[in-house]
Amino acid sequence: MKVIVDKDACVGSGQCVLAAEDVFDQDDDGIAVLLQENPSEERAEDVRQAAAVCPALAIRIEG
Amino acid sequence: MAAPVETDPNAVPEYPQPRDGRCPFAPAPGVRDLQSRAPLTRVRLWDGSTPWLVTRYEDYRALLADPRLSADATKDGYPSPSAGLKARRSTNPTFISMDDPEHARLRRMVTAPFAIKRVEALRPRVQRIVDDLVDDLLAGPKPVDLVEAFALPTPSLVICELLGVPYTDHDFFQQNSRVLVKRDATAEESMAAQARLIEYIDDLIARKTTEPADDLLSSLAARVNDGELTRARAASMGMLLLVAGHETTANMIALGTLALLENPAQLALLRDSEDPKFVAGAVEELLRYLTITHMGRRRVALEDIEHGGQTIRAGEGVVLAGEAGNWDPEVFDAPDRLDLTRDARRHVAFGFGVHQCLGQPLARVELQVAYPTLLRRVPGLRLATSVDEVPFKHDGQVYGVYELPVTW
Repeated sequence: MKVIVDKDACVGSGQCVLAAEDVFDQDDDGIAVLLQENPSEERAEDVRQAAAVCPALAIRIEG
Repeated sequence: MAAPVETDPNAVPEYPQPRDGRCPFAPAPGVRDLQSRAPLTRVRLWDGSTPWLVTRYEDYRALLADPRLSADATKDGYPSPSAGLKARRSTNPTFISMDDPEHARLRRMVTAPFAIKRVEALRPRVQRIVDDLVDDLLAGPKPVDLVEAFALPTPSLVICELLGVPYTDHDFFQQNSRVLVKRDATAEESMAAQARLIEYIDDLIARKTTEPADDLLSSLAARVNDGELTRARAASMGMLLLVAGHETTANMIALGTLALLENPAQLALLRDSEDPKFVAGAVEELLRYLTITHMGRRRVALEDIEHGGQTIRAGEGVVLAGEAGNWDPEVFDAPDRLDLTRDARRHVAFGFGVHQCLGQPLARVELQVAYPTLLRRVPGLRLATSVDEVPFKHDGQVYGVYELPVTW
């Protein structure tokens, strides 16, 4: 699984961090930061949840 | 599903509609009925206009993520939910009623304090605020109005600290906020309340320009100094955060407590759980179940949009009913059941799209602290009246209760 974050689209809701805090973080302005580009299979469900709840559709998952 | 409402099929139903007094937590039966009919239906607003209404979950998300729908309240065809809001948003827009890129530029100026880690760092402070209020509650007379004694002061104290607003002024700003969220306030009343609040915040920002502190109004004052932001815009943003920061959470605390009192088995689950993940999930379910912002999100089409077999024409208004989306049986099994064990994280109680609630991480922490603390420290908590006599905000812009008499 490959995760792509569009920082320009991010609105800083922080929902990705709540869904998978080891995969996503926020910078000083609350904008999403990707910690793991290729999270493990065990994290897949939480990462998909993060993408599903992102209000700005700023998280894309490939594979 | 609710029983279909017997109405003239050609009549355009009104929106919003009051919730049913016999089932005060559920979305209005007429709105749920529209959900079963078609993805897009027409409704009639207070001013006679007839925008589209969106009631299904997937349509709600798809359309609120669609940049062809504008949040600009000054555009012709924009559906205003009340005379007061129409007047205020047309003359004094904040980022809530702007489109990108200006929306993103302004919103990013105030996202920092709402980042998860910053809000988590506030959790001990929120806990102290809640504990102090419960101490006072237990030491005071009973029965007591839980709104006045607990639900309103909790988020008010928190947002005051975050913004740098003196809590001692709470009578002033709570009274004026109440006018802003009253649906039947006239344009004049609403504009006057807004003007008083903006003047108040503007004065605070002016003082923080020379005497900055570690708070959000000081950071707005610094941006005014740097020429990034006008004083007027900074004051409007400060006012928005002050009002939005306490009205909504206060209603969630009071209405959520009532919903739990009416569902004792669910109440016991939350009261007795030591698992922060369970508590967090329970709060998501309460947010879904109650969806207190029940006047819909409003947008206007910038171009023709084909959706659900129909065409939203350029210039037509669209109202998106999150309270119905959160009770969409296609997405949430048995939506009328308050089930704190379900995974409700997909709910749209904070809206969807780029305008989704900025303060949601803070609201979550406040609710995660407030409900369990209240239930554990006041184990005999119960309603001091019958639920039929509780004054629900059927006419409010944000749903909740005006008063919640409780005893223990």
